[in-house]
Amino acid sequence: MARRDTNTRKAIITFFAWMIGLLIFFPILWIVLMSFHTEGDAIKTPFEMLTSPWTFESYGVVQTQNSYGRFFFNSVVISVGSTVIALIIGIPAAWSMAFVPGRKTKDLLMWMLSTKMMPAVGVLLPLYLGFKMTGLYDTRTGLVAIMTMINLPIVVWMLYTYFKEIPGEILEAARMDGATLWSEVIYVLTPMALPGIASTLLLNVILTWNEAFWTLQLTTTNAATLTQFIASFSAREGLFYAQLSAASTMAIAPILIMGWFSQKQLVRGLTFGAVK
Amino acid sequence: MGKIVLKSVRKSFGEVDVIPSIDLSIEDGEFVVFVGPSGCGKSTLLRLIAGLEDVTSGHISIDGVDATDLPPAKRKLAMVFQSYALYPHMTVRKNIMFPLKMAGMEIGAATKRADDAAKVLNLTSYMERKPGQLSGGQRQRVAIGRAIVREPEAFLFDEPLSNLDAALRVNMRQEITELHQQLKTTMIYVTHDQVEAMTMADKIVVLNAGRIEQVGSPMTLYESPANTFVAGFIGSPKMNLITGAEAAKLGATTIGVRPEHLDIVQVGGWAGVVGLSEHLGSDTFLKVQTDEVGIINVRADGEVKLNHGDRIFLQPQAGKVHRFGPDGKAMA
Repeated sequence: MARRDTNTRKAIITFFAWMIGLLIFFPILWIVLMSFHTEGDAIKTPFEMLTSPWTFESYGVVQTQNSYGRFFFNSVVISVGSTVIALIIGIPAAWSMAFVPGRKTKDLLMWMLSTKMMPAVGVLLPLYLGFKMTGLYDTRTGLVAIMTMINLPIVVWMLYTYFKEIPGEILEAARMDGATLWSEVIYVLTPMALPGIASTLLLNVILTWNEAFWTLQLTTTNAATLTQFIASFSAREGLFYAQLSAASTMAIAPILIMGWFSQKQLVRGLTFGAVK
Repeated sequence: MGKIVLKSVRKSFGEVDVIPSIDLSIEDGEFVVFVGPSGCGKSTLLRLIAGLEDVTSGHISIDGVDATDLPPAKRKLAMVFQSYALYPHMTVRKNIMFPLKMAGMEIGAATKRADDAAKVLNLTSYMERKPGQLSGGQRQRVAIGRAIVREPEAFLFDEPLSNLDAALRVNMRQEITELHQQLKTTMIYVTHDQVEAMTMADKIVVLNAGRIEQVGSPMTLYESPANTFVAGFIGSPKMNLITGAEAAKLGATTIGVRPEHLDIVQVGGWAGVVGLSEHLGSDTFLKVQTDEVGIINVRADGEVKLNHGDRIFLQPQAGKVHRFGPDGKAMA
């Protein structure tokens, strides 16, 4: 029997869908709303806050207290740097696993994934001490290195899945056409896997940008990212809601804008293979 | 030039011997077709020649040079794949120019050569399109174009027509044959379709379970099949293979009669009842249940007014009965 969608039914479903969506989005929305009010108004009742005058005051305070630019720069260097390095290592690794698998390839892939199942806090102490001793503590190099290693399993897995979708015959054709291994990877494999590589890149930049555990533990000032920037407003003289909200908004805005513009690419990349 | 010699070539995947041991010589300029049922090792044999698979033992020489351990790129061979294997992100022109680019050819000369190939293959107006915007036949032409620009020692075709519809397949078959006549380059063509083998080949290699059953010209295979496998595989419809008393009468274990070598006579021969009749106008195909030798396929020229349930008599033509011994091999 065909499903009958009456207009009332549609309206009810649409209403509930919007309500659920709003519920999930509400914390972010509220943070953005709070950031545009004074510290005093931010802790009033919601109705009072919304009717009180809007202001950029908190943004000004945040900027003078703690320079946003430096944290932003560190976030960009660490998220983009670690993702690019992970891709440089991950593309050849995924190529070999997808096209010349050995008997242990599946085990190797599972082992790589299993490292993601380990709680990060479990290796905090040795890493913290190691970073302290080698002078990598609170350096961008150290953070890029650790984030590269943390993201590598995801990068290799994602690329492996995309590469698996590329018919082996096309690579064989390239070999017959006289391509060396590198020409094969550069001229044939990479362009064909570009949607997959792009979404891997985007997803990893987002994951690294939002990563808080390691950036909070292994940095203080020099390599501190935007997560430190937010945290710095919750620690000092108690909580300043408006300032904290302004800091959060400023921290999530770049990645949100990037995600918005690249959503088509992200969805295409994530459904690559599922939808031909 | 493109003479290819295989000496005791063996290929096994783990425990499985896909090709136990093959010796074969392909002369320069020959059109050789590897034919056999699916899983007989014909594609594997082609891939061994291409260098896409490594031989387990034995030697392959191309143009007098031992190519056994050479990578595919160094063998000076070009291959056309069943799936066409075009580069989807490149235009037709770039696809065709790719081998030349890999060979380091200067761009002007490469463009000219690609344009010449396109002219031969009627692709000139599609040069700026991507493979996704082409029909199956056009894609196949691009794949062939990409192969011919390299001016290889030999062309390898791996079931290139199986993805095309029947009408297009006939056209492409003729085009490939004409191309061979123009270029006079060695071609090795793999197919499971014995009609393609018969119409295109100078020399057919019939493979079964990784072994060569017979090598010869299409007519040699048709007229004197070496064994019951070749007898049953070459020719359409299939040869009738008959065992038992009728075979014993001729001193053989099995006798074979092609459907077109049976005359419908008024009396004598094998009596039977028509089961299925297919009337094509040019031919009539009959499936006859005989009293003496079981079900027999008959092909008669033109329209024959016979239908289900009609009783007829079949007489094999003189000199057209093939005799096979207990080992399945043809008897003198």
